Amino acid sequence: MFAKALGIRLFLSELKVMFTRRRTWAMLAAIALIPILLAVAVALSSERLAPGEGPPFLAQVTQNGLFTGFTAMLLALPLFLPLTVSVVAGDTIAGEAGLGTLRYLLISPVGRVRLLVMKYLASLVFILAGTFTLMIAGAAIGAILFPVGPVTLLSGFTISIFEAFGRMALVALYTTVSLSGMAAVGLFISTLTTVPVGAMTATLVTSGVSNILGNIPQLEWMHSWLFTYYWLDFADLLRAPIEWGSMLNNIVLQLGWIAVFGALAYGRFTTKDILS
Amino acid sequence: MAQQLAIETSGLTKRFGDQKAVNSISLEVPSGSVFGFLGPNGSGKTTTIRMLLGLAEATEGEIKLLGTEIPKDLEKALPRVGALVEGPAFYPFMSGRNNLLRIDAADRFSDSSTRIERVESALDRVGLHNAGNKKVHAYSLGMKQRLGLANALLKPRDILVLDEPTNGLDPQGTREVRNLIRSLSAEGITIFLSSHLLSEIEMLCSHVAVMNAGKIVAQGLIEDLRNEEPTRLILRTDDVDLAVETLKSAGIGKAKILGDQITCEVDPALDVASLNAKLVRKKVSVKEIRLQRSSLEEKYVKLTGEGFEVVR
Repeated sequence: MFAKALGIRLFLSELKVMFTRRRTWAMLAAIALIPILLAVAVALSSERLAPGEGPPFLAQVTQNGLFTGFTAMLLALPLFLPLTVSVVAGDTIAGEAGLGTLRYLLISPVGRVRLLVMKYLASLVFILAGTFTLMIAGAAIGAILFPVGPVTLLSGFTISIFEAFGRMALVALYTTVSLSGMAAVGLFISTLTTVPVGAMTATLVTSGVSNILGNIPQLEWMHSWLFTYYWLDFADLLRAPIEWGSMLNNIVLQLGWIAVFGALAYGRFTTKDILS
Repeated sequence: MAQQLAIETSGLTKRFGDQKAVNSISLEVPSGSVFGFLGPNGSGKTTTIRMLLGLAEATEGEIKLLGTEIPKDLEKALPRVGALVEGPAFYPFMSGRNNLLRIDAADRFSDSSTRIERVESALDRVGLHNAGNKKVHAYSLGMKQRLGLANALLKPRDILVLDEPTNGLDPQGTREVRNLIRSLSAEGITIFLSSHLLSEIEMLCSHVAVMNAGKIVAQGLIEDLRNEEPTRLILRTDDVDLAVETLKSAGIGKAKILGDQITCEVDPALDVASLNAKLVRKKVSVKEIRLQRSSLEEKYVKLTGEGFEVVR
């Protein structure tokens, strides 16, 4: 009875649909490929980068394989992770509408608000799976190709391998939080159309626009409102002691985006005529 | 209260822009009936069904489904309603069985402890037991249609809303679906059947409503509707003049003559055998004599127009 009230079964069924799709696994595999490509490229190249050259952390990868995941996260954050998020979040409602399954879900009856919430939570699970896939694949390939040992943090402090795994998990969680606002935007866009590809593209465009606006110095007043603003600040979790400030600011910012676009999605979806 | 109504609408209207897709219709579907919902393409049938099921909001008017107000108490009514709307729709990458499990899990009023059992019996009922593990993208249109019916039968229902249920089915499948509808109706379930196939409606339905351009142009018992059209006597003979005279003496007038064929409107209860005997006695050589019962098709065409062109 309790499980029913919370919609646990619907949530599990939502996940089952998501993880039955080959597309979901293909995206996770592609995410795993990022650290693998990075590590292989670094391992094969004879040139050694001087510290400070190339993306941050890259120089550390050769000395300690556990840095592979962090470096890969830096590379994946601007485009690739948002791409997978836009595929999943853009598909939430529009995908069901496009297949026609939406009308059968609604007359089952699923409850429109309940469906919307479950769809959003399922897309968060995908983001979680994606960020952890990236970190785990990074640690694994790093351990195979490079020496592994206690990790020297940005602040010069050294932590044990175990603690390093904890930091990896934190970075994955941080990135999940970072992408949760964008997922809410995608959910809203998904209620506007019955063409999932359109919703996916539009969602991806919002992250691109946000990134561009964030790079225009004249618009600095709005930078801290953009959902991409704290994306790369996960590096603060690699200090000792951890700087929680950006994490907290990020959570507050993302909750704001979720509230606004969740409300818009609610307003749109609960009054929409389902004609697909 | 005279008769319980499973579906009752009054002044139901749906406007898209400045066009009224459904224009103030008042449907009355008696409980326990097999109700045929007829109309040409674009006449507003599907839009009406969408409003009945709460998928679309009515611009004006009221709906009562199984005695509850729609959309106010939608969730009270829907668990008792099985529906197949505008063709089946499933996740192509999942098996038929998993698709049904998924839809049942979405239903917040369904009992998860009997879920597997109910899915199996629904698959059995539509003859998909052996194909249940196949992915839906490998299904033929007919198999998808059957799966759609299985979905409508996942729980005991009080009413089934079926939009073109035999679409894409082979003759065997069509027969089976017809038998299925009959047996469901025998269980006391109201069937609201929308179809283009007049023969199907004639075989199955006790009541009909005909829609045209957003309006209901006729509604009631199928017999009453059919009887609004005249029964005709058709007589073929070489002695046309003599035959017409004999018919007149038997009280049958207004004969239309085309070559050797005489057609006239008659009382449906006319005794053809004794009329034939009379004609023979008068030495009329009768090549053919028969009554042509009025058909639903005739009435339907009269109501909705001859034209092939979609009205709007």
